[in-house]
Parts: sequence; structure tokens; C-alpha cells
Amino acid sequence: MEIIVDAEKCTGCSICVKKCPFNVITIDNRLAIIGDGCTYCNACVEVCPFQAIKIFKDDKQHVNIEGHEGIMVFGETREKKLANVAIELISKARELADQIKTKVITVILGDKISDLAKIAISYGADKVICSEDPILKEYRCDSYANVMTNIINEEKPEIVLMGATSIGRALAARIAVRVNTGLTADCTGLDFDMERRILLQTRPAFGGNLMATIECPYRRPQMSTVRPKVMKIGKKDDKRKGEIVHFKAGIKEADIRTKILKIVNQAQGEVNLEEAEVIVSGGRGLHKPENFTLIKELASVIGAAVGASRATVDAGWIEPHHQVGQTGKTVAPKLYIACGISGAIQHLAGMQTSDIIIAINKDPDAPIFNVATYGIVGDLFEVVPALIKEIKKVKGIE
Amino acid sequence: MEIIVCIKQVPDTTEIRIDPETNTLIREGVPSIINPFDENAIEEGLKLKEAHGGKVTVITMGPPQAESALRDALAMGVDDVILVSDRKFAGADTWATSYTLSKAIEKIGKFDVLLFGKQAIDGDTAQVGPGVAEWLDIPQVAYIRKIEIKGDKAKVERMMEEGYEEVECKLPALFTVLKEMNEPRYPSLKGKMMAKKKEITVWTALDINAENDKIGLDNSPTKVVRTFTPSPRGRGEILEGEPAEIATETIKRLQEMKLL
Ligand SMILES: Cc1cc2nc3c(=O)[nH]c(=O)nc-3n(C[C@H](O)[C@H](O)[C@H](O)COP(=O)(O)OP(=O)(O)OC[C@H]3O[C@@H](n4cnc5c(N)ncnc54)[C@H](O)[C@@H]3O)c2cc1C
Ligand SMILES: Nc1ncnc2c1ncn2[C@@H]1O[C@H](COP(=O)(O)O)[C@@H](O)[C@H]1O
Repeated sequence: MEIIVDAEKCTGCSICVKKCPFNVITIDNRLAIIGDGCTYCNACVEVCPFQAIKIFKDDKQHVNIEGHEGIMVFGETREKKLANVAIELISKARELADQIKTKVITVILGDKISDLAKIAISYGADKVICSEDPILKEYRCDSYANVMTNIINEEKPEIVLMGATSIGRALAARIAVRVNTGLTADCTGLDFDMERRILLQTRPAFGGNLMATIECPYRRPQMSTVRPKVMKIGKKDDKRKGEIVHFKAGIKEADIRTKILKIVNQAQGEVNLEEAEVIVSGGRGLHKPENFTLIKELASVIGAAVGASRATVDAGWIEPHHQVGQTGKTVAPKLYIACGISGAIQHLAGMQTSDIIIAINKDPDAPIFNVATYGIVGDLFEVVPALIKEIKKVKGIE
Repeated sequence: MEIIVCIKQVPDTTEIRIDPETNTLIREGVPSIINPFDENAIEEGLKLKEAHGGKVTVITMGPPQAESALRDALAMGVDDVILVSDRKFAGADTWATSYTLSKAIEKIGKFDVLLFGKQAIDGDTAQVGPGVAEWLDIPQVAYIRKIEIKGDKAKVERMMEEGYEEVECKLPALFTVLKEMNEPRYPSLKGKMMAKKKEITVWTALDINAENDKIGLDNSPTKVVRTFTPSPRGRGEILEGEPAEIATETIKRLQEMKLL
């Protein structure tokens, strides 16, 4: 591939310099120079008012993509239940499959999990492949990658979708290398280029400040991990019919190089952040670790999960699994209430797609107000208790 | 113990601002830094060396200017650094990047522990670490926050959505590390002086024996076809008044929207 700036047309206007997401364009003597690190993303080509920049593609990798069919969803399980993200993906796969007239295949791995197949079918799977073996009881990269790869090689799907979870992201990356194909991480949008029958995978980068649409034109399957809670769960139909097949895991314990010693569920009894409809989050504006009780009280009266900024997690005021943001969890609840959080770009990255955002902050210039549906400029130690009182009043709790 | 840490040079996203008029990223003057998670990986590498002896080597694949990230790593106290750099590598996706890094690691030869960051804060993919583990056919544990080495095994804590797992893993193995793993050290004055003078080894595609049809943009299975800035949410409404009034107003709206 080659990118060329036409010196006759380029005026050195520098619009492309500003638009380049990778910061590799410079202007030298009124001419745009494309430096090392260009990924041929096309951003400069699109903005150039003089059509001075052109990309010449010389893709040589025309791998045979014939013979691949169906959309495969990894049916991730958590404590013997299909994870919500798996149901979201089956629903999405159904929608995509109807567009291109193909089938939805769900793969479920684990120990005694075949009763989950019916659920996958009720949400839209045409075929469920179950691999049941005590060796698959817990997720381990070696065993899961082996079985998934064998299933993919035998089934030859056109597309493989997995949840962008702590399991899915690590597992998918390993499988993609083994089956020799591309993988797009943490997608928030999936669509088809119908003419070319190619999956358009859209995802955030730079902590959500830039979106990129990515495709995998020459290899199959096309693989993506998809962010939880982005795709909508479809209608359940218990009467839907589907085929259930069993796949022999065929692996020995001796071939697995890791062993799970202990699983500790710290969120036991708490509302899980990623699944919560409402989240109340606290930041450094709480001033002291004890003051998280105020956040927890507000959360408990409205039935919300508790979130936190990284600053409070780093300070040890609350456990890491509460952290929202680029290095924490990405959440998208119906309602997010941010209390004493400034709204740093990395925090916003994890919550700015929430439906409604309420921000309470005493600094009127705090960046959190740029994304808030309702901004409350005030002292959280006055506002939050007032909110709790009001909610108790309308709910009739004493 | 032979420890290899892979790091990436990234733009400091804390410095990135959005131009409100053009709705694009303002990148001018944005400094380049070591990917924050990779600093934790370096720190953990140094700690393992302090506890068990051995050597820490840091690798980065990138353009010539990525050298400065390697000098920062040297200043922190690592033993050796390698810049894997060739125009042919440009535009590599995670598949091609993980292949290239695995070839560089193979050239180094023997290793016990490979440390990667959880993800790079520019691309946010978290795919390169597990990809390298697959190319090298070694086990991996992603998202760890604690590691203990005993003989030819490591015991690690792997973070999950709801808590964590304790995992035992045979070495050699690859781990991707989280921020909460440690607090990266500041470079010492002596370290900085050394780092300045050190000659940096550069390996090209030829040096690492990389096959031409597996590197760079042309051989990357994924293609970026479009980039755009998401439309900003926009400032909403500011509620004013006494706390009690604000509370009544807020709750009224939440009830109207059936959120309560
Ligand atoms: C690589 C990287 C990754 C990161 N990842 C994350 C991440 O995942 N999540 C995350 O949250 N951060 C992350 N950060 C950190 C982020 O940049 C900010 O430092 C952090 O979010 C700030 O937390 P805060 O808003 O609680 O604290 P501050 O920025 O200190 O804000 C506190 C706010 O409280 C307000 N306040 C004070 N007193 C009161 C009061 N009485 N009533 C009302 N308001 C009050 C203040 O006006 C201020 O706006 C990351 C940083 C880096 C470099
Ligand atoms: N070009 C690179 N050179 C060296 N290491 C890299 C490179 N890209 C990614 N890595 C490593 O892989 C991790 C995950 O990156 P990514 O998959 O891009 O999110 C980073 O934290 C680094 O440890």
C-alpha cells in the first residue's frame, strides 16, 4: 500500500495535519509529508479540500474465503448461566443472519451445560454445539482455545462473535492467531456491507475519543469481541426449534498448562456494575473513605450499583472492581449519577454512553458537566442527603 | 531468571483534548509516553529480577522515535533494550504486531517470564499479549495483579469482572498486567545518565527472520476503513436552587422518565 501527496494540488493548508489520528503528517515547504506510522486510515484523504492525497492499495492477500457459512457466537457462561453478553450476541447474530440469510451457531463449553442450549435457541440460535467435559468446568485459555479452534475449523463459520469480557478478549486474541484471521476488539457497532458481504466492525479507540470502522476482507472467519450491554437482547421465543449437537472436547489435563487454585467472587451480594440499570459513583470529592457510605446509601435507596473513580480506588477508599473508566469497567446504565467526580477523559471513557447522566460537583467548570444530562452545581454533602430524603419520601420508605 | 517486557510508545491521552469546533482530536504538542500499563510491566520485571536474579530485557516495535521510550525504560533500571523497527512493519494490526514481536522474542532465545501491559491506551485492544503467547505456543494469563514465582511455576491473581482467580501457571509463560499490580518507580539520576549514553540495538525484519507476508499493513488481516469522532453528548441542563429544591426537581424528572 502506498500513500501519495500530489505536490501540484497540495497547498500546505494543514487540515490533514489536524485530522490525522496518528499525528504523522507534517507540513514542509507548503507540502504535506506523510511520516512513518501511517496506517492508511483514510482520514486525511477524506478531509483534503483539494483531493491531493491518494492511497494506492496493492493488497496481495487474496485468501480463499469461499465455503464459510454462518455466524458463530461464543456462549460464555458465568456460574452455569449464559452470560448476558452471550444472549445479547445471539440476538444480534440473529438480526445479522437474517440480513444475509445464514444460520446462527452458538458454542457452549463447560461441565453439564447442555440445558443452556434451549435458551440459546429461544433467543435465535439455529444450531448449538455443546462441549461438555469436567475439564472445561472453568475457563482456562489452553483448553478453551483448543476446543473453540477445533469447532471453528470443523464448522467454518463466516463470522465469530465473542463478548469483550475478561475471558472473551484474551481467548479471542489467541484463537484469531491460531485460525489465522483478523480480530477487532471491543466493538460497539456491527453492520454489513451488503454488496461485498463484509462485516463492518465499529469500535472506540483513544479512550472513546475516536471511533474506527474496521473490516477483515480477505480472511475467514471475521472475528470480533463485542462490548457488553451495547447490543439489545431480542425477544425470547420458547417455541423456536434448533439443532443441538455434542462435540467431544478430547483434551487431557496434562496438556493444560494452567490450574485454577481458587475463585474469589468479591461482588457477591452486590449489584454487578456491568449489568446494573442505575449506578451511583463517587470520586475524590468525597474527601474521605468513610464518606463512601453516603454513596452506598443513595445506591441502596434507588437499587443501584456502586461505582468509583480511579482516584478513589488508587487511594484505597474502595475495592478495584468498582472502578469505572478506561482502566476500569465500561458501563452504560440507564442512569449514572456521578458525585464529586471531575470527569477526566479516562473516567468519561467508561460511562459517557449512559442514557441519562446526573453530575453533582461544586466546581461549575468540571468537565463532567459537558456530558451530564442534568448538572447540579453544589456541595455533594448537601445534595446527596437531600436526594436520599426525597427518594425515601416518594417511595414511602422511612 | 530471564524476563522480557514488551512496551509500546503511545500519545499521552490525558493531554488529548477535543477541538469543540471541528470535533477532532487535538494532537499537537501531545507528548509521547510509555503506555501506562507497560510501566507496571517493567516495574514487575524489575521486582522479579530483584527477588530471583537474572535479567530484564525490554522490547518495543515502532518507528525510530520509539527509542525514547526505551531510554525511559533504561532509566528505570532494565538491563537491555531492543528497538524492533523497519518501515515494513508500519501499519501492522494486532495479528501482524504479535507475529513480529514473537519473532524478536525468539531471536532473544531463552526466557522464563514475558510481561505485557493489559492494553495500549491508544488502540485499547488488549490483543497483542495473548497473540504473542499463541505464536510462541506458551501459556498466558491475562489481567494479573499479583505474581509469585516458585521453581518452574508462577502463582498469579487474575482479575475478573466479579472478583479474582488464583491461577497456577507453568513457565515459560506470558502475563498481561493491570495498574493495581504495583507503583512504577521513578528513574534514578544514575539511571538517567546511563540511559542517555547507551547504544540502542535496532532489529529489522531481516534481523528477526520475519516472513515478509506476515508483517506490516499489507499483510494485516484487519483494515481500518474509516475513522471519525463520535458526536459529543453536549452540555445538558443545569439545575439550580437550594439542595432540597434541586432534589425535588431531580427526582420529579427521574419519575417522569420512569427511572425510579
Ligand atoms: C492511563 C490512565 C488511565 C486512567 N483510567 C481511569 C479510569 O479507568 N477511571 C477513572 O475514573 N480515572 C482514570 N484515570 C484517572 C483520571 O485521569 C482522573 O485522575 C480521575 O478520574 C480523577 O478522579 P476524581 O474525579 O474522583 O478526582 P478529581 O479529579 O480530584 O475530582 C474531584 C471532583 O470533586 C469535586 N468536589 C470536591 N468536593 C466536592 C463537594 N463537597 N461536593 C461536590 N463536588 C466536590 C471537585 O470539584 C472535583 O471536580 C486514568 C488516568 C490515566 C493516566
Ligand atoms: N508495538 C509494540 N511493541 C511492543 N509491545 C507492544 C506493541 N504493541 C502492543 N504491545 C504490548 O501489548 C500490550 C497490549 O497492547 P494492545 O493489544 O495494542 O492493546 C501493550 O501493553 C504492550 O505490552
